[in-house]
Amino acid sequence: MRFAGDSGDGMQLVGGRFTDATASLGNDLATLPNFPAEIRAPAGTLAGVSSFQIHFAARDIVTPGDTPNVLIAMNPAALKANIGDLERGATIIANEDAFTQRNLAKAGYADNPLDDGSLEGFVLRRIPMNTLSQRAVEGMADVSARDALRAKNLFALGLLSWLYDRPTSVTEGWIEKRFAARKPVLEANLAAFRAGWAFGETTELIDVQFRVPAAHDMPPGTYRTVNGTTATSLGLVAASVSSGLQLVFASYPITPASELLHELARYREAGVRTIQAEDEIAAAGMALGAAFGGALGVTATSGPGMDLKAETIGLAVMLELPMVIIDVQRAGPSTGMPTKTEQSDLLMALYGRHGESPLPIVCACTPAQCFDAALEAVRIAVRYRTPVILLSDLFLANSSEPWRIPDVSTLPAIDPDFASANGHEPFEAYARNADGARPWAVPGTPGLEHRIGGIEKSQPSGGISYEPENHQAMTDQRRRRIAGIEVPPLHVDADPDADLLVLGWGSSWGTLRAAVRRLREGGHPIAHAHFYNLNPLPANTAEVLGRFRRVLVAEMNDGQLVRVLRAEFGREIDSYAVTQGRPLLAAEMEREMLKRL
Amino acid sequence: MSAVGATNGSRVLTKADFQSPVETRWCPGCGDYAILAAVQGFLPELGIPPERTVFISGIGCAGRFSYYMNTYGMHGIHGRAPALATGLAAARGDLSVWVVSGDGDALSIGGNHLIHALRRDVPVKILLFNNRIYGLTKGQASPTSELGKVTKSTPFGSADAPFNPISLALGAGATFVARTLDTDKQHLPAMLRAAAAHPGAALIEIYQNCPVFNDGAFDALSDKQTRDANVIALEHGEPIRFGAERELGVVRGTDGSLRVAAVASVGEDALVIHDAHRDDPSLAFALSRLADVEGSATPIGIFRAAPREAPSAGLAAELSAARASFGSAGLERLLNAGDTWSVGG
Repeated sequence: MRFAGDSGDGMQLVGGRFTDATASLGNDLATLPNFPAEIRAPAGTLAGVSSFQIHFAARDIVTPGDTPNVLIAMNPAALKANIGDLERGATIIANEDAFTQRNLAKAGYADNPLDDGSLEGFVLRRIPMNTLSQRAVEGMADVSARDALRAKNLFALGLLSWLYDRPTSVTEGWIEKRFAARKPVLEANLAAFRAGWAFGETTELIDVQFRVPAAHDMPPGTYRTVNGTTATSLGLVAASVSSGLQLVFASYPITPASELLHELARYREAGVRTIQAEDEIAAAGMALGAAFGGALGVTATSGPGMDLKAETIGLAVMLELPMVIIDVQRAGPSTGMPTKTEQSDLLMALYGRHGESPLPIVCACTPAQCFDAALEAVRIAVRYRTPVILLSDLFLANSSEPWRIPDVSTLPAIDPDFASANGHEPFEAYARNADGARPWAVPGTPGLEHRIGGIEKSQPSGGISYEPENHQAMTDQRRRRIAGIEVPPLHVDADPDADLLVLGWGSSWGTLRAAVRRLREGGHPIAHAHFYNLNPLPANTAEVLGRFRRVLVAEMNDGQLVRVLRAEFGREIDSYAVTQGRPLLAAEMEREMLKRL
Repeated sequence: MSAVGATNGSRVLTKADFQSPVETRWCPGCGDYAILAAVQGFLPELGIPPERTVFISGIGCAGRFSYYMNTYGMHGIHGRAPALATGLAAARGDLSVWVVSGDGDALSIGGNHLIHALRRDVPVKILLFNNRIYGLTKGQASPTSELGKVTKSTPFGSADAPFNPISLALGAGATFVARTLDTDKQHLPAMLRAAAAHPGAALIEIYQNCPVFNDGAFDALSDKQTRDANVIALEHGEPIRFGAERELGVVRGTDGSLRVAAVASVGEDALVIHDAHRDDPSLAFALSRLADVEGSATPIGIFRAAPREAPSAGLAAELSAARASFGSAGLERLLNAGDTWSVGG
């Protein structure tokens, strides 16, 4: 179902509350927030529409769903912006009060769609939410008409909570805590929420109530709901704890990566140091400077910020210091669509620096899996003394799902293995271990004083060298060290007689999995594999590709991974690549797969 | 010059402890040699051993400085040394961190990092080698080149007004700002000493001669015959005066601006007394503009040394302690925070 309204209507807020209530019931769930780039777009216009979609079930859920069964439209613009995503037969719950001449005109409706028959085929429920919210507070002395009107989103939430039999205690507890300091607002919201619930229960306008029992196929454990931002942040803190390294996180505000800064800035109890840098370049520089000092240096950004960090990432490649760069991808080029998702930075992550400067790339595949991806990025960075790019995206950052909280004792150990005096005078800063990694010698260690920089090195001394053979040897060394990184094998979920392998990376995991399920339900054999490590690719990739007659790569860009695979493995590979600023839909993937069977 | 070693525990530090084995390679006669010798000669007196000292440099001739110090060092990227140093200082409160930069590095490509390091009062000491020219790229105008300066990139004379680095630093809220000369063997170490003693960010502009592309740019300030007339040596708490016979002084005009007057005609009591410690930077700023005042000269010395309690002072130590007590139990708590539910098995 999807809540849609004006960006001032509090749709993200009620979506979040509904999610928490749903999680408390033990349903599996996935969410898709969608909001405009404008902080305050003109009220009532299409540009100002904000929505929150949630998909929940008693079984394992992998996507936020393609087409909502229920749409809550708080105004005409919300209806217009979202009606195209509904299938006939879906329920529309419209805030009738908002369908005024003025609002209809703002949304570009000549006639009122609630009256003109254009919604025939949908189940339309017209509810005067403004009036009912205001009526709910009648007799409350302190509550202003404005507060009552603003609480209409809570009315909608109450109604939907009744419709899906969500517990009221979770939401009521939240309202009481959130508005404790503002009594009139608290009362208005509580009254509106209860009125919405009561309205559902007592009127015959809505004649069904759905009960979605707890999911039965989730592995046992303790769960909480996380979005990708929280999971990434917790993963970084976990990496700091298991490595013993102080986390220094430097970033510059940019949508949607800023949320990581907001989240990590609160973790002082864990010793996390965050710095809001003066620009993207400085943020990368600060992370690298911290790494030189023996800390876990991390920077995060989105799209345009990656362009600016390229220079520092190149220095980190040369310095061979551990560092993590998180790219929460968004739709580009340039400013592009900062509030819409995309996977179009893969080639930039691989090649977007001058000179030959290879580095490892890890990607996150679901919101909760961002936790593991962050740990994996740190593991590789520390062990192999290299900058690592972690590719996430806007969808993962904002979308929520239940997360089985890991047992802290099972987290992978990360050994910083700081250098101690190795007997060589002077210290050899570019000596190599079995992984090809150099010593991490941090200031404060007597006898290891050394100078590093962006100029080509000779090994093992780390001194400057312009020798032709040396540059070749160092180029080879950097390539081999990254190519030799141990990454987990590519796991294939294949039916025995599958001809078609569908490949993806990053946040399309859920969609591809949902589409594969649908195909299987229809009796079609199919195989799915998903990349978590994009450089180096898993060692068994060639073997996996070789097992299938046809291979299809689906991604939210103009065909980036497919290019890499074609070049690397020299075989024919189909591409389904779209850039529409939204996650792939299970239905479109089902169609694309069927076409190729 | 052999340094008088300060003791660090049982260890006596000498100049040699700070000299790296790497062969020093600047052009013959470059002012950088004198600065390097002064820094290496001064550091032993701090009593901080080489392993706890870090030099971070940018790109340009000055950028090579870090290779010649037998400390930890990083030769960074153009203009970014203050950002690298800020990250290092954030992670490590126990180090003595120095930044070496040039006028192009600090004021052109790295201007943003410089002003923000100063406004944050990051505990780093920034040595800005100002030779008013791009040396490493072979002689283009720099952001401190004088108006009308003819260089390879400005054959008809530079049309862009230069930065005054002291004014810029003060405008950015710097709490320590000084200027000195590469060849002044007493004054340069004195400025280093004062900067090292300052708890926050310290900027020292060092006028540095480039014998190849801008030779003699500061001769008037260093030459024994002319320097008394051209240099105003700022001393905290002292009246500001200069001239071969110290016959000139700085006074405040009726409109509040600083101007130069003959001491004999205005009287000694009328001279402005230098106060580097005052919180209000307006006097320091006015002094930084003195060279532009008619009949005046170029001030050297400490313009401002007004330490303040930085909000982030001690944060590195505080966070380090927090991390030590957080551990696995803290992580477990954090992961399980908020609303959780159990699925039975």
